[in-house]
Amino acid sequence: MHQVYGFVVGPLAWIAFAVFVLGSIWKMYTMYRSAKTRDGQVLAYWNLKYALRSIIHWSVPFWPVNSRRHPFMTIVSFTFHICLVLVPVFLLAHVMLWDYYHGFRFWSLPEGAADVMTFLVILACLVFAVRRILLREVRYVTSAMDWAVLAIVFLPFLTGFLAYHQIGPYRVMIILHILFGEIMLAAIPFTRLSHMLLSPFSRGYIGSEFGGVRKAKDW
Amino acid sequence: MEATAEKAEEKKYVDAGIQKGLDALTPEKVEKAINRVFRAETGARLKAYEEICVRCGLCADGCHYYLSHEGDPAYAPVGKVKQTLWKLLKKRGRITPEELERVALVAYTECNLCRRCAMYCPLGIDTAYIITVVRRLCHLLGITPRYIQDTAHSHSVTMNQMWVKEDEWIDSLLWQEEEAREEIPTLRIPLDKEGADIMYSVIAPEPKFQPQLIYYAAVILNECGMDWTMPSMPGWDNSDMAMFTGDVELMGRLKRSHFERAQKLRVKRVVMGECGHAFRAVYDVGNRWLGWRDFPVEVVHAIDFYWQMLQEGRLKVKKKFERPVTLHDPCNIVRGRGLHEKARDLVRAFCSNFTEMHPNREHNYCCCAGGGVINCGPPYKKVRVEGNSIKADQLKATGAEVVIAPCHNCHSGLKDIIEAYDVGMELSFFSEIIYECMEKPNAVEG
Repeated sequence: MHQVYGFVVGPLAWIAFAVFVLGSIWKMYTMYRSAKTRDGQVLAYWNLKYALRSIIHWSVPFWPVNSRRHPFMTIVSFTFHICLVLVPVFLLAHVMLWDYYHGFRFWSLPEGAADVMTFLVILACLVFAVRRILLREVRYVTSAMDWAVLAIVFLPFLTGFLAYHQIGPYRVMIILHILFGEIMLAAIPFTRLSHMLLSPFSRGYIGSEFGGVRKAKDW
Repeated sequence: MEATAEKAEEKKYVDAGIQKGLDALTPEKVEKAINRVFRAETGARLKAYEEICVRCGLCADGCHYYLSHEGDPAYAPVGKVKQTLWKLLKKRGRITPEELERVALVAYTECNLCRRCAMYCPLGIDTAYIITVVRRLCHLLGITPRYIQDTAHSHSVTMNQMWVKEDEWIDSLLWQEEEAREEIPTLRIPLDKEGADIMYSVIAPEPKFQPQLIYYAAVILNECGMDWTMPSMPGWDNSDMAMFTGDVELMGRLKRSHFERAQKLRVKRVVMGECGHAFRAVYDVGNRWLGWRDFPVEVVHAIDFYWQMLQEGRLKVKKKFERPVTLHDPCNIVRGRGLHEKARDLVRAFCSNFTEMHPNREHNYCCCAGGGVINCGPPYKKVRVEGNSIKADQLKATGAEVVIAPCHNCHSGLKDIIEAYDVGMELSFFSEIIYECMEKPNAVEG
């Protein structure tokens, strides 16, 4: 067990981070190259002012019309995304690992808050799953990949939560947690999770078109 | 049982344009076209849109078809992408003719490319762009609905949409000039006047079916004291159905002919009639194909032009239009070009009783005719009308008697909806109301 732990926090962690970082760079580079060589409109009409205008509007809950049409989803989605990013980066245990292995020290979330936030991510994943099953327009377009991606996000948080509360075999749980976390990290550039990297650009581009060319709002 | 089967068979309309194309296809040809469109002609946008769409279904409320079909997921924007792009990418050359037929029908008759859904996707995915790419593929495969393909053929042969011959075009202008001179003896529709300030261009349905619109425009341009002209040669038609069939090469020819006509006449700007799709072809799509970031000659939509005339004091209000009116915001000039406030300034200036429809401005529901859907012809009228019951509800709620719809497609689409749902409203272009209510200093008292 100790060796497995050593492997997941050691070489596998390096691999996961390398896949994430290099994969993300590769993804951004290939997208940029594709825009430059085969989709020149993207760069020609890109307009930072209108890109930011769109990004800002869509970053504020209940500003876009559609977010007001779906208040519950807006609350769940904003909570989910905020917690999804903050918890893995600023969880005390993670910060301690950075300090222990690399000597970086930075601010961490209060433990109680992080615990609640983790629970919120788990709840949000369940809401997304229920939506996929119950809402016709979502069920109609849901494929196995959507369930896989949801599981990839759900599992590290579930196992992290269980490990923190010492529910189930702790050592197995912590190894699974690290493993699932690494899978999630590595999956970002290669699955739909890449919207983490690309959404500022897709949002910014449509904002540029609506602001610069169409002289209209896009929210 | 036999009778029922027969009935079902009768019901299914076989589009000769699509069917003929399907009959000539082989898996190799399909694969080749798919590779051409998805590997060579498109890039980052399509790739990103396909990849990052998280299938959340939040775009559904953006679509009038979806809202009119009690939440049938096949009409949600993402549902349409599933039936077209995803299917093509998954099956490639192995896609069956039946599936390809469905691809063509979804792309040409169940999406108006109105881009409302782009404002509903949290990630900013432009579904209209995806459907445009699918139409491009359908064009390359030769599976375009027959009626709209016929308009594209007309464009190709005559450089106008309606098979209007050169003598018919000139004759229509002279006819309208003659009619208008009875009211305003000094009025001219100057043909090919080099160096005029304005070239006025229209879509071919105007000389074909609605020549009175040319009359109204001529009166407005004359009474505002404009130095203007209309071309007698090809390039007078600013419409562009090739943009909607996916025939981008032809679209480029059409837009070049329009711009070059203006350049040959050395006009300062082009003013175009109250059309939405033609405007989109000029400021957004055709110009890009030709390599212009904006356009080589400034093009002004009628709403913008009337608004400018009003601001400059050249266009004066003589009396108010008193019947209760509401305003329909056409996608291509509002969500597409932000002319909604100017349109409202005009309504308030000329009409005394104006009620907004809701939602309005960028969020207005589409007419369900645009994007080439109405040009797919009578066989698909039912698709359009059933796909937009929400529009009928929206119109009824205003209680207005007249809907101002400053776009030809919207006009025709709304007319069908008003009739089918017994809405009991009349339609009007801005030019009709302005003509009726403006001061005409040169008119003889009649």
